[in-house]
Amino acid sequence: MEAFTTHTGQVAPLDRVDVDTDQIIPKQYLKTIHRTGLKEGLFADWRKLADGSPDPDFFMNQPQYADASILLTRDNFGCGSSREHAPWALLDYGIRAILAPSFAEIFYNNCFQNSILPIVLDSQEIQRLFDHVSAADRFELTIDLAAQTISTPQKSSFQFSIDPFRKQCLLQGLDAIGLTLRREKDIADYEARRKQNTPWLFQDLCS
Amino acid sequence: MAAHTLFDKIWGPHVVSEESDGTTLLYIDRHLVHEVTSPQAFEGLKLAGRRPRRPGATLAVPDHNVPTTDRSAGIADPLSRIQIETLEQHCADFGITLFSMHDVRQGIVHVIGPEQGLTLPGMTIVCGDSHTSTHGAFGALAFGIGTSEVEHVLATQCLIQKRPQTMEIRVDGLVSPHCSAKDMILAIIGAIGTAGGTGYVVEYTGEAVRSLSMEGRMTLCNMSIEGGARAGMIAPDETTFAYIKGRPMAPSASLWTAAVQDWEKLCTDPGAAYDRVVTLQGEDIAPQVTWGTNPGMVTGVDGKVPDPRSFADEETRDATTRALDYMALTPGTPIVEIPIDRVFIGSCTNSRIEDLRLAASYFKGRKVASGVQAMVVPGSGLIKKQAEDEGLDAVFRAAGAEWRESGCSMCLAMNADVLRPGERCASTSNRNFEGRQGKGGRTHLVSPAMAAAAAVTGHFVDIRHWA
Ligand code: SF4
Repeated sequence: MEAFTTHTGQVAPLDRVDVDTDQIIPKQYLKTIHRTGLKEGLFADWRKLADGSPDPDFFMNQPQYADASILLTRDNFGCGSSREHAPWALLDYGIRAILAPSFAEIFYNNCFQNSILPIVLDSQEIQRLFDHVSAADRFELTIDLAAQTISTPQKSSFQFSIDPFRKQCLLQGLDAIGLTLRREKDIADYEARRKQNTPWLFQDLCS
Repeated sequence: MAAHTLFDKIWGPHVVSEESDGTTLLYIDRHLVHEVTSPQAFEGLKLAGRRPRRPGATLAVPDHNVPTTDRSAGIADPLSRIQIETLEQHCADFGITLFSMHDVRQGIVHVIGPEQGLTLPGMTIVCGDSHTSTHGAFGALAFGIGTSEVEHVLATQCLIQKRPQTMEIRVDGLVSPHCSAKDMILAIIGAIGTAGGTGYVVEYTGEAVRSLSMEGRMTLCNMSIEGGARAGMIAPDETTFAYIKGRPMAPSASLWTAAVQDWEKLCTDPGAAYDRVVTLQGEDIAPQVTWGTNPGMVTGVDGKVPDPRSFADEETRDATTRALDYMALTPGTPIVEIPIDRVFIGSCTNSRIEDLRLAASYFKGRKVASGVQAMVVPGSGLIKKQAEDEGLDAVFRAAGAEWRESGCSMCLAMNADVLRPGERCASTSNRNFEGRQGKGGRTHLVSPAMAAAAAVTGHFVDIRHWA
């Protein structure tokens, strides 16, 4: 996995609560067997108006956000389905960090697996950032994961918190499966013990 | 001895190792796989030169993309076909058991696990699918994961987790005979909100929960994720054991006896503390109907479409306005005056035999209203067969409803079963998100009984006062 250390990028606003993964990437884009090329499907139904023309109010159709890499949004972002296609589509479009007051759990996990940094900030801070974004043509932020800071162009900066283990994985771009495989002996010992006490858990499913 | 919750009693024995910061390597007993969220995981394994650690712990089934009409001709959509063929190929390469689209045991992944006796109390169960919470009905810790984690479980039979918090949701008393587990869970989500369960594992307790059949318990746990909780669970009891006994993949003979002895200990001890407790009174729950674009936007059938101005905070007002706009509903409209075009009875929430029996009891001797199209999609091939043995298919057909092959169907509309733009559907599924059942389609979530009654009358009805 690619590491995430610092990132400077333009912020795009998505001022909605409860954005679900069915909106982030609608089901017709889930038929792929690949992880890449999913930006076509990103917010596919919200990009367009009922008549099929681009919705001028949606950030993806506004030229000033063309190179945005930080998404600013509201509570419970990523609720609904577990589809990892949601972070894949965001990443494919170029999003590397998401700022919201809260995230749905599976989506939040899935971001870390794809070196997207989801940052939880309190609602007032999020509101302030929305105000900044609407006041300026371009609004850039710099995120420093090691220092756990976000700084504005005016160089004012504030802290965010993050789980230390997840932070290390992102900073070093660690392969989670590789990490677990280093515990092979623990897993084997565990299995041997459990097989003794609860053998029915180890019945093979045969067809 | 310290008092433990049901969750503690499952989590503890599954900890392989734990770091000082609480990061835990958790052992996974059973892994379910479907065609949509697995191809990239299998491909990742192959690219890294890894093999599944315990192929015998995994069961695969295609369900999301399968046609619900005659399957002998194969799948028309080439992308759907490739996705299913890819699953078959990966399973063959790695020695994973697969129920193919032509196997009578095929069905929705969360329906067939319990049906086969694969889902057992005390287990950890995962699947690349958020409705894995369904399996918690058996007193298992079951939750949905992303595709990277699917790969992780295949390679290591473990997941890296942090211990969640626990929430008790207790439903005291009994619900009206016209209400079902679906109405209970919709009322619960209406009470806690779609993010109310975030960070928690929910245990459902109380008389109304205990008196549910296994089918009802699965419906309840299924929609835990709609309340934000990754997992919901119910302590196993005689109802649970009776359901499991004799199923093909369940333990038998001396293993069965040993297992039941172990399972009888799986309950929350008196005095054990949850991090949060929510209580509802069963008698207060009316048949539920969602009016908006998430499952928390719900009211009793005797209610009205709300006025956005009645909400205090701006975010809720905005979200409600947007939802009513999408749903083409006017504030103040009585729910029973909302006309519908389509009815979908199916999905991992409500496609089990009990759901079909209930729906059939409302269709019996009646006709689907003119202009309404109703579809009944059983959750598995075996349920379909059982329903046909009981003559339920004849009841549906006589009423003018379509009787289909099993699969996810119009819950997600990845196959050919789709709402057309603007169509309004009474659906027994679990998500009423914008476009979920088809772009521009409008979904109202209800119980199977409410869906069947709506099919017959062409609008919602309060089945408590309906002859
Ligand atoms: S029936 Fe619906 S919710 Fe259940 S697994 Fe299928 S698509 Fe998902």
